[in-house]
Amino acid sequence: MYLNKFLGLALVAGLTGAASVATAADITGAGATFPFPIYSKWADAYKKETGNGLNYQSIGSGAGIKQIQAKTVTFGATDAPLKKEDLDKSGLVQWPMVMGAIVPVVNIDGIKPGEIVLDGKTLADIYLGNVKKWDDDAIKKLNPKVSLPSTAITVVRRSDGSGTTFNFTDYLAKASSDWQSKIGSGQAVEWPVGVGARGNDGVAGNVAQTKNSIGYVEYAYAKQNKLTYTGMVNKAGKHVQPTIEAFQAAAANADWAHSPGYYQILTDQPGDKSWPITAATFILMYKDPADKAASSEALKFFSWSYDKGGKMAEELDYIPMPASVVGLVKKTWADEIKSK
Amino acid sequence: MNSIYASRRRSDKIIKVLCYAAAIFGVGWLCLILYTLLVNGLVGLHPRIFTQMTPPPGVQDGGLLNAIVGSLIMTSIGVAIGTPLGLFAGTWLAEYGRYSKLTGVIRFVNDILLSAPSIIIGLFVYGAIVVPMGGFSGIAGSIALAVIVIPVVVRTTEDMLNLVPNHLREAASALGMPRAYVITKVSYSAARAGLITGVLLATARVAGETAPLLFTALSNQFWSVNLTSTMANLPVTINNFVNNPDPNWKQLAWTGALLITVTVLSLNIIARTLGAERKPK
Amino acid sequence: MTDMALEPARAAAEPAFDRARALSAFKLGDKTFFWVTRLSALFVLIILGGIIVSLIIGAWPAIRTYGFDFLFTQRWAPSLQPTPILGALGPIYGTIVTSLIAMAIAIPVGLGIAIFLTELCPMPLRQPIAVAIELLAGIPSIIYGMWGFFVLGPFLADHFEPAIVSAFENVPILNTIFQGPASNLSLFNAALVLSIMILPFITAISRDVFATVPPVLKEAAYGVGCTTWEVVRNVVLPYTRVGVIGGVMLALGRALGETMAVTFIIGNSFKISGSLFAPGTTISAAIASEFAESDGLHQSALILLGLLLFVLTFCVLTAARLMLRRLERKAGA
Repeated sequence: MYLNKFLGLALVAGLTGAASVATAADITGAGATFPFPIYSKWADAYKKETGNGLNYQSIGSGAGIKQIQAKTVTFGATDAPLKKEDLDKSGLVQWPMVMGAIVPVVNIDGIKPGEIVLDGKTLADIYLGNVKKWDDDAIKKLNPKVSLPSTAITVVRRSDGSGTTFNFTDYLAKASSDWQSKIGSGQAVEWPVGVGARGNDGVAGNVAQTKNSIGYVEYAYAKQNKLTYTGMVNKAGKHVQPTIEAFQAAAANADWAHSPGYYQILTDQPGDKSWPITAATFILMYKDPADKAASSEALKFFSWSYDKGGKMAEELDYIPMPASVVGLVKKTWADEIKSK
Repeated sequence: MNSIYASRRRSDKIIKVLCYAAAIFGVGWLCLILYTLLVNGLVGLHPRIFTQMTPPPGVQDGGLLNAIVGSLIMTSIGVAIGTPLGLFAGTWLAEYGRYSKLTGVIRFVNDILLSAPSIIIGLFVYGAIVVPMGGFSGIAGSIALAVIVIPVVVRTTEDMLNLVPNHLREAASALGMPRAYVITKVSYSAARAGLITGVLLATARVAGETAPLLFTALSNQFWSVNLTSTMANLPVTINNFVNNPDPNWKQLAWTGALLITVTVLSLNIIARTLGAERKPK
Repeated sequence: MTDMALEPARAAAEPAFDRARALSAFKLGDKTFFWVTRLSALFVLIILGGIIVSLIIGAWPAIRTYGFDFLFTQRWAPSLQPTPILGALGPIYGTIVTSLIAMAIAIPVGLGIAIFLTELCPMPLRQPIAVAIELLAGIPSIIYGMWGFFVLGPFLADHFEPAIVSAFENVPILNTIFQGPASNLSLFNAALVLSIMILPFITAISRDVFATVPPVLKEAAYGVGCTTWEVVRNVVLPYTRVGVIGGVMLALGRALGETMAVTFIIGNSFKISGSLFAPGTTISAAIASEFAESDGLHQSALILLGLLLFVLTFCVLTAARLMLRRLERKAGA
């Protein structure tokens, strides 16, 4: 009787194995959670138009870089760009796909989105643990008309290797010499305080759940989940709200044509209207890929996203790459990525 | 004199109240957890859970089909691999190994494996299978589940076979049956209910396991029946969805959690009703 | 075969039975079955050996780089170049603290439920309540994690913890242990969820060992006039002491290794702080959160953490099994 049962199960397993067909034309990628909302929107539309799907694992920039280096995916995605030497060493090509912004989000009773304003130095002090309560003088000075509770701040930060963290800490290091000397910038830093959450979505989820908390997320996460974002004080000393005009003002400063490997950090840009924590997110692919068919499928998707995805990006308040940059990137593809 | 009686009675009453409170505490948590699961999960129990794939965030639609199918595949393969191995190992321990020193060692090691943290099993399968294979795969996940199934089946098989009275075996041998037949046709039949209980308990155990699948099968947003690549499964999918504030994903996570819990608890209850008469006293 | 004895004509008509061939077929079948079962049993040993070997191989780079200091370093900086500074003190501290607190809550409650089920419960309710407690053990740990994250965490942070924080605000040592801010994610919340998870194990084993007490001993105590509590304290518990401790150690082994329930609710912070309401991490939570994106020395250090956990649970489970085995032998199993 057991033999029969065992045979039956073995048959099921065998049939399953026999029926297993690799889903054709699925492009595989992994990496940053920063662009995940717009990548999945593009993937949805691309699948409706061409029937090819995108299997993107939103596991963080650090894991994305690791996976592309291990060649387990066709492309990697990261908001922390690799330097040209590292690209050359690994045989990778890097280019910016879309730009977005990082906003601080808070969860305080009675505070509406955009009602309070923070600046770089205060943000750094909160994340250093120097500013412990919401009614601290530093925060009150920036928000004289808002009544803030006397509760302790629960800091939420990333627990995984993150390009979002890379850009956020880069900004904090520029804004606060204290932060620069004690912590520095990177994909994963030694956070002095705070609870760790995985991915932009984890931070968003945690802030939504925890009262009197603060976190940093890509703006689409704040918008999609109706979180309370804050305004910021930019390099020019002006108060700015996270709007697409502010992001575009910051992004306009980037000089893509003269950056080797398209390496550009967009935090703390000059300009009256610029949002201080803007970032581009990058794609990594091999110059000489092992699976050239998969590679060219992926490039078709990216080309489609450049040409037709601009409006979808703007709906989520991401900034599509300007046409001149798209032209440069396509030329890079033609020059550097082997398709045969 | 009376004061001593009174104080004894008092402390007895206090302890009795505390014990009642403890029982209410224990049963209360179970009810609370099940209630939360039902309230949050039932709301999202539409037919589309079983007909559509996992959606990207921000979409109102979508279901858990690929995760459910992937879980079914990996659980069945895991149980299919683990049950015969466990069955045969338990048989050896009960039937052949009664006087061998090796038996004690194997039983001891089996008990250790039974309670080993499942994340260690995941690490083991990662090093032994995922790294040489070069990537995450459904088969690695199934093997991790099989490694968890084996000790459970070994333990229950051995216990159940030990309960079979010896005179049944002696009668069969006296008729001239070879040892293998005695075991398979007599002992197994006698212990059948208990053996099935063991397999059901093992299945219930692995149906909800997340940690071993975290770095072996990972997860997949699409339909995945290819055993050599990442395979969607319910526990890891729930893990990914829970952290995300997207309300649709959260709803799917709760419904998936409800599905897993109902499956696991039903398997447990069926196993216990089957094994009730055979419980060793 | 009796039908052949009753019908000799039919028996004579059958072809002569090749006894030798049948016997050798039996012998082959026996030998095959013996070896199949024996190899399967040995396979269990191979699995354990495989686990230990693969953990050691994976952890070797970290062992070589850090040596014993790994156990005493608090700093966890995987991105430092050229060599990351990694230390296990944070996870070890978190593991031990959460497990101890979980035990402190679960032991009295678990024993209380066991006493309730064996002495106090009315007969018709006994089986349903026992099954209910065992169902608690069957609920997968990710469900506990979700429930802790969405239900218990906010409840504790909003109602329970602020009360404790203000209650102990001026008591010298306790105000460090119970320092705010109250958080959804903390060592205490994780310990509470863990205690609910291991409760059923203590109850189940205690119930089993309580049942081995010879009724005559209890009856004698009742006959002399002892109250229920006195019987339990003076007869049942001393008799079953070893078994109960074995069950407690088993539950401890489970608590040490619990992953999913803890990961959601513990806050993932490698820093050690004096307060129970601060976030922390345990060994399994650290591995679960960081493994997927680790490589090189970082990954090796995580595997080393896994090895430490395995050694720890191995020792605890060995002690548990030894104690339980002694009791089983005494009960005549």
